[in-house]
Amino acid sequence: MRLNGISLPHKKGTEIAETAVMPCPEKVRISMSQHMGAPGIPLVKVGDEVKVGQKIGDCETFMTCPVHSGVSGKVTAINDMVLANGKSCKVVEIDCDGKQTVWEGITPPSVTDKESLVRAVRESGCCGMGGAGFPTHIKLNYNEEKCHIDTLVINAAECEPYITSDYREMMENSQNVIDGIKFIKNILGIEKAVVGIEDNKPKAIALFEEKLAGEDDIKVLRLKSSYPQGAEKVIAFYATGRIIMEGSLPSDHGIIVMNVSTVAFINEYIKTGMPFVSRRLTIDGDAVNHACNVRAPIGTMLKDLLAFTDTNPDGIHKIISGGPMMGIGVYDLDTPLCKTNNAFLCFKKPVSIKGIVVSQNQTHCIRCGRCIKACPLGLMPAALERAYDRGDREALNKLKINLCMNCGSCSYVCPAKRDLAEKNQLAKGFALSK
Amino acid sequence: MEKLTVSPSPHIRSEATTSKIMTHVLIALCPALLVSAFVFGGRALMLTGFCILTSMIWERLFNLVTKRQDTTGDMSAAVTGILLAFNLPVTLPYWIAAIGTFVSIVIAKQLFGGLGHNFANPAIVGRIVLLLSFPAAMTNWVVPFYDPQDIVTSATPLANGAAEYKDLFLGLTGGCLGEVSAAALLIGGCYLVAVGVITPHAPIAFIATVYVFSQLTGRDGLYQILSGGVMLGAIFMATDYVTTPITSKGRLIFGIGCGLITCVIRFWCSAPEGVSYSILLMNIVTPYIDMFTGSKPIGAVTHKEPKERKGKKEAAE
Repeated sequence: MRLNGISLPHKKGTEIAETAVMPCPEKVRISMSQHMGAPGIPLVKVGDEVKVGQKIGDCETFMTCPVHSGVSGKVTAINDMVLANGKSCKVVEIDCDGKQTVWEGITPPSVTDKESLVRAVRESGCCGMGGAGFPTHIKLNYNEEKCHIDTLVINAAECEPYITSDYREMMENSQNVIDGIKFIKNILGIEKAVVGIEDNKPKAIALFEEKLAGEDDIKVLRLKSSYPQGAEKVIAFYATGRIIMEGSLPSDHGIIVMNVSTVAFINEYIKTGMPFVSRRLTIDGDAVNHACNVRAPIGTMLKDLLAFTDTNPDGIHKIISGGPMMGIGVYDLDTPLCKTNNAFLCFKKPVSIKGIVVSQNQTHCIRCGRCIKACPLGLMPAALERAYDRGDREALNKLKINLCMNCGSCSYVCPAKRDLAEKNQLAKGFALSK
Repeated sequence: MEKLTVSPSPHIRSEATTSKIMTHVLIALCPALLVSAFVFGGRALMLTGFCILTSMIWERLFNLVTKRQDTTGDMSAAVTGILLAFNLPVTLPYWIAAIGTFVSIVIAKQLFGGLGHNFANPAIVGRIVLLLSFPAAMTNWVVPFYDPQDIVTSATPLANGAAEYKDLFLGLTGGCLGEVSAAALLIGGCYLVAVGVITPHAPIAFIATVYVFSQLTGRDGLYQILSGGVMLGAIFMATDYVTTPITSKGRLIFGIGCGLITCVIRFWCSAPEGVSYSILLMNIVTPYIDMFTGSKPIGAVTHKEPKERKGKKEAAE
């Protein structure tokens, strides 16, 4: 059996370049909401001095992890910021002193079992670095009595066009990735691990196959380059043959799926004790002069990243935070870098690159069935759209609107250029409302 | 600085458009058009061109009268025009052809809301209306390579049952413009499958059903699929997106249904040909086929709550 998928132009022009390190910006804005779940509460006040690695936000809620400062300097303001989902959260603004003094409290954690691993990962502020941003400690804190985890799936598919940050992690930091996999595998007592890499990254596949040559229980899985190969349900299926059922988590099926960069970060943290304060991201798009991968402190403002890549903001029509398929449009150049941000893509107007079309007039659905053949979860976007348009909650639920993961494949393939993915998101909300 | 544009994902779209798909269909119809021009002469091209032109004109006029956006750009009217022409005898007067395209475009398509909302294949409706209204002119078949000054008519091979397989395959027989050459139609069909415009489910199911059913009832299956409109109908009309089922499973059922109805009409009704009626009838049941052949969501949990709840309630009481 195969899941549906579509082929996209890869556009991975930044894959060859070594990651550039962004010098400390003059000012950072660190959002208290870095990932899925509850935002943190600021632990610092205006006027406080902070150092690199110091915890500046946390909260008691279950679905959250702390936020740390990636710079040393002085807190100048704590403001409200509107997030892409319309909610608002606090943002801590820090004027950097440029010295990057490391906080005294940085010590490698001692991890001996699952409980101490979960605690350490929470303290590190780690969340999934692939995009969705599920707090990692919750993923690791599965119920041992209920589920027996036998496979650790390392998601290195990176199926979105343009983005190469995970690829660079694999090429520049492969030992950390492998050590991280072994560490987590041993602590949690997981029998085997599978590293899923798309076949448009032959060098990464070769490197990992070579490095893992002697390991029987860590395998490299060559995945077909097809979108959305890196979606959790899809990669879990190809790695284990198991289907993650509606309403259940991968751990219920004996699987933990982790992003390759997340694993490398955890290994680094266990070694050094430096929490999640910076990350690598891809800056690309036809408006960017010097497209590359950059390592920047969390909280770095978009305008500083653009300046670093020699990009003139005047000619930009659209900026996407994340990939072109699932990323979110950015409306403000002061938007700070957050932990889940694997790319900023900037496009000129009109957004049309060879092989890609952006906006076009919508016409009537001609019932060609391309959306159905594209949906990785076997949904029927054309039928969902009709059900939503006529306000039919019952039909939406019967057609399993709740399974849609908003991968955007249906909209991408539609010849009538209908906004099927957008309608699905609206329909999801509508189906839940009473 | 200009304001940044914010829109929901995905931010990129494929290059496929409705008009590109329709253009592929037009290209796929070209081999059959060339064969008909070769067999029936220049008037075949003239009649086809006339049908395309009038279809576009009717569509544009309708858009103007109803103050709707111009939809001639999607090329679907051209496809309907050429398909209707392929269902006409070469001797048909132009004015009758114009009525045919009017029925196809305005009545069968635009009055229902335009491309995407029509329930029946416009070209099929046009052909059936003409066949019922002008039975003599619509069955005025000529022999291949006829002399326009001295028209000799012949029965279609389907009616007289006397033609070589080779002639049927290549198209050297009498009949409608586009349905004479199975080879040319198959080339077009292969092209459409290769470029991903159609899936082969409906055509294969259609043709195979006609073959098997004919053999089972003691007739010549090969003759049945090569003669008449089976190839044209199966490849170009039973694959019309709008009026056929949306899933592959549904398309298989659609093709089988078309094949069965075609045979029943051919063998036991007074009409010699049943392809267009079979497609029209299956067009009508398409929504019902869709209803029962939806794709199955992966990882869906089907709830059987009502029964369980009832059991629990009773237990509680």
